[in-house]
Amino acid sequence: MRPVGRPQRPTQTSVTRGAPPDACAGVRVRPVEPGDLDRIIAIDAEVTGIEKVDYWYEMLHRYGSRGRQQRFFLVAEANRSLQGFIIGEVRDWEFGSAPSGWVFGINVRPEARLAGIGTRLLEAITECFRRAGVSSVRTLLARDNHLLMSFFRSHGMMAAPFIALEYDLE
Amino acid sequence: MKLQKSTRIALCSILEAATDPSRQVSAASIADKYGVSPHHLAKVLRQLGRAGLVESARGVGGGYRFSGNAKRLTLMDVIDIFEDIAATPAEGGDKEYATDVGPAISRVFAEIDETARATFRSITLATMLKLIAREQRTAQHSKATARNALPARVLG
Repeated sequence: MRPVGRPQRPTQTSVTRGAPPDACAGVRVRPVEPGDLDRIIAIDAEVTGIEKVDYWYEMLHRYGSRGRQQRFFLVAEANRSLQGFIIGEVRDWEFGSAPSGWVFGINVRPEARLAGIGTRLLEAITECFRRAGVSSVRTLLARDNHLLMSFFRSHGMMAAPFIALEYDLE
Repeated sequence: MKLQKSTRIALCSILEAATDPSRQVSAASIADKYGVSPHHLAKVLRQLGRAGLVESARGVGGGYRFSGNAKRLTLMDVIDIFEDIAATPAEGGDKEYATDVGPAISRVFAEIDETARATFRSITLATMLKLIAREQRTAQHSKATARNALPARVLG
């Protein structure tokens, strides 16, 4: 579900292509560090086809500092290399909704997919949300992004009690 | 959007079979459980068999076994075998579409249908099986809670 009352950020996409079955072994999920940024920009550019350097510097600035209570930017590392990332935050009382965890970015290197890395990232951020005291997690997806929608649904997500609306500015 | 009866029978049947792919499920037990005609069910199962989603075994202990990939097969894949719910604006020969209100109504219906299709495409059988298990746990929990809430006298 698109966040309400905040500037819109693109939801990053994730999931399949293919990794060896044991690729998830030895995966470590940790908070992002400034040194991860080049790799994050590269993964994002590989998946979306657009290199957004300024955007990711801004995301690191806003979500990357350790010790934040409500904003989380995590990365998954395996074989000493960054394989994916997830970003989210707790949002309070948007459109009357009780505080909830929002995932608005998740991405896994195409070659590292189907190995449970996305699942590890989602579980990790869910734990962060739980510790922050919220009891629900939401996201917003393009309707035709079947892959990512399947991923979130496989983790038990169902339609939220909101409908995303938009109109074109003429 | 309302799915045809054959489609709904197919979804129930394939979920029954996919619950345990090593087990043969008898057509009679599916027909009995879902209250559908054995004749209608047989036709549906034949179609699922032709699509390679179930295998049938004859004789004593025979039945149907799921032969698809539950992690890849979506509800839409099953629906597609039985009916076409692809995007089709309500035009065709409909006279109402030729009126000034027709296109607007059609657009609203299309929006609803697009959401339904996206939902069907995003839910795999594996996800459905998890959902079924979750619903069962919730139902059991509610029953247990209700039982515990009853006065001891009622429980005898």
